[in-house]
Amino acid sequence: MAWLRKLVGAALVVGVAGAAAGWLLSAPVRLDAATLAQLGPGDASRGKRIFYAGGCTSCHAKPGSQGDARLELVGGLELKTPFGTFVPPNISQDPKDGIGAWSVEDLANAMLKGVSPSGRHFYPAFPYASYARMKPSDIADLYAFLKTLPAVAGKPPGNSLAFPFNIRRGIGLWKRLYLRDQPVIPLPDGTPEPVMAGRYLVEGPGHCGECHTPRDFAGGTRKGEWLAGAVAAEGSGVVPNITSGEGGIGTWSASDIANYLETGFTPDFDSVGGAMVDVQRNMAELTADDRTAIAAYLKAIPPHPNGYPARQKSTK
Amino acid sequence: MRKLVIAISMLALAASAAFADPILDRQALMKERGKIVGGLSKVAKGEEPFDAAAVLTQLQALQANAEKFDVEALFPKGSDTGDTTAAPKIWEDMAGFKAAEDKYLADVKAAVAAAPADADALKTQIGTIGSDCGTCHQGYRVKKG
Repeated sequence: MAWLRKLVGAALVVGVAGAAAGWLLSAPVRLDAATLAQLGPGDASRGKRIFYAGGCTSCHAKPGSQGDARLELVGGLELKTPFGTFVPPNISQDPKDGIGAWSVEDLANAMLKGVSPSGRHFYPAFPYASYARMKPSDIADLYAFLKTLPAVAGKPPGNSLAFPFNIRRGIGLWKRLYLRDQPVIPLPDGTPEPVMAGRYLVEGPGHCGECHTPRDFAGGTRKGEWLAGAVAAEGSGVVPNITSGEGGIGTWSASDIANYLETGFTPDFDSVGGAMVDVQRNMAELTADDRTAIAAYLKAIPPHPNGYPARQKSTK
Repeated sequence: MRKLVIAISMLALAASAAFADPILDRQALMKERGKIVGGLSKVAKGEEPFDAAAVLTQLQALQANAEKFDVEALFPKGSDTGDTTAAPKIWEDMAGFKAAEDKYLADVKAAVAAAPADADALKTQIGTIGSDCGTCHQGYRVKKG
């Protein structure tokens, strides 16, 4: 029976080694010292722009709030997805319920690495897979702006997720597959400045790809169908194709796109709808140059046909 | 501009003809609404010259359109299926839907009452009205592709 003992022994070794490797590979990774050194002092007035570009208030304001209440970042929205329900937390300046006690390094690790101050993975419903492309100095500016917002007490309920998605450690493996700080669309030298600036806004803080790009089975965005539109990951319906491909917005001029982001009106006499309503209100807070840059980038990216199935027309 | 006004009047006439299908009916009203607002926003952006009388005529057409938008008749029970992008939330929260429509009507009426004297004044009014469009389309419409 020596062979059986050997087999069991070998299986045990492989199993333990596999578990150990999985454990090591899934470990939260924080920013290195060189990146943290680029944070700089931070400036609240510049941070306001990043705050609106990043759309923080769309998920972290109390659901349904209007006007100045949008700056009370108490959380509580319910994002119902196939993985379960995600509830954005309180990120107000309350030191106990919010993030008032966080350092700027804590915010940078959260946004660029998806790691909490206590060293846990955040779920990528928090779009750090896009924020990872942001400049550290923009995080410092955002930090300074968040410091000017009110502290609001109150903790919303936690996420309710199905197995295996409720195992946070697994996110470490997801990050190895999908977390990159490099741009999605390579642009050659000599690309006009507005296109470059637009790429940063769209792929980084704006996190447009999180909703407008279809996802693979593991929940990563399909870079080969970047911004081609997708079945809504949250709620119902579809999110439109914003490339110039078939079904997309190829007929929109750059100024049509910029105007839409400012006013909410499409060139074909329709208005913004769904989750984009809050996004457009954030975009309206940016400068005209920023909206022009976003438009220039969207006109420059590769066209794709719709990243979602055709609508089932009723035969009524 | 005169052609535009005539076109809009004809559209309004077409929309007022009673359709049997509430889905087609409400879609026609929405299309007309979008056309009028689209024309007005061109003036507000300065792409077309500001003509106070013509703008007022269009705002009045917008009000007439809004007053015709009888939620009960246009969104009867059972009209949530078929070729429609109306969200189920309309029937789950009919009171909220009506309130959103009422606010829109009130804002259009206010724009007519304070007839804009220049493109900037119109721009402010269109901003308010456009925000109402978004509020309703945020929760009560589903994009189906």
